[in-house]
Amino acid sequence: MSGFFSFGIGMLLASATLCLFRIGRGPTPPDRAVAIDILGTLVVGFCCMLCLATGLDYLMNIAIAWALVSFIGTIALAKHLEGRTFDD
Amino acid sequence: MTSLLPKVLITVGLLFDLLGCIGLVRLPDVYNRAQAATKCVTLGTCLILFGVATQFGVSALGMKAVLCMLFILFTSPVGAHAIVRGAYKSGVKMWEGSVVDAYRDVATTKPEER
Amino acid sequence: MKQLLSCVLTFLLWLALTWSLTPSDIAAGVFISIVIAVILGDIYPEHPQAVFDPKRLFWLAVYVPYFLYFMVRANLDVAYRVIHPDMPIRPGIVKVKTTLRGDIGKLALANSITLTPGTLSVDIVGDDLYIHWINVTTMDPEEQTGTIVSHFERILRRIFR
Repeated sequence: MSGFFSFGIGMLLASATLCLFRIGRGPTPPDRAVAIDILGTLVVGFCCMLCLATGLDYLMNIAIAWALVSFIGTIALAKHLEGRTFDD
Repeated sequence: MTSLLPKVLITVGLLFDLLGCIGLVRLPDVYNRAQAATKCVTLGTCLILFGVATQFGVSALGMKAVLCMLFILFTSPVGAHAIVRGAYKSGVKMWEGSVVDAYRDVATTKPEER
Repeated sequence: MKQLLSCVLTFLLWLALTWSLTPSDIAAGVFISIVIAVILGDIYPEHPQAVFDPKRLFWLAVYVPYFLYFMVRANLDVAYRVIHPDMPIRPGIVKVKTTLRGDIGKLALANSITLTPGTLSVDIVGDDLYIHWINVTTMDPEEQTGTIVSHFERILRRIFR
């Protein structure tokens, strides 16, 4: 693994640590929800860096599927915050 | 081996990701945090995906990266909007330095009375 | 017509994702596209042929780089506010009016507002958009509308009539 990939993974890890700080500390539930949403987007970045480093093409499929699932999770969290069920 | 243009795009994207997460920690209330984090991390991740797309060119991998980029670009603002609306309706106060709040009257009335 | 458009779009997406032209892949793609079109075709708008109006496609092509320019500017703006030691923010929620008709147009406008300098759309009620603005520069509703939505509406009105 060359320096560039270590650099990329390091930056993403630093970002993820800041997100985790906000998830642990967040005074209100919506703070945590925002941080979880952001963490989900960062995982796509991790998949990209690993894909560049290893050249395995299925990592991109993981990225797409993760983006979809993360979005649905975010919407479900938001509905829950608003005090509604998932039907409407 | 990664060539120069993808490297530049990915580095800029990583910087924006980091800045967005710094904003997530530093800014005072959930609305500002959502604002900074959504903008910066969306553009940052899109730039990383675009870097991957330029690296692999027109191929299965590049195409998937472009589709993933479009998908994040469309869904990320919707997610932020939904969370912020949920936050407001669940009664999270705005930061005391906020100057105006035009939404209060609408949010406190019941939906069927609108 | 709706079902046909849905089927074609789903098949194009399938081709882009599998990126192979072997007969078995194409056969599976056609089968799945038809199943999806029959089940989910109803969610497409009533007049799908309007999507291929060349005038609208031209304005869409104008809008994309315009939007990307504002998006990059938004990010530099947020980066400046985050790094600055004093955090020069003056947040508030303001109410602006839109003249766009149609749900897809309003959705596009709200998404554009979220990704552009210092603004985040909180709710849409009828023609009113409630915007969280990180740096409120003016209290006058006319000026607020001018600053936040007018430059997008000018082009979006031509895309989603």
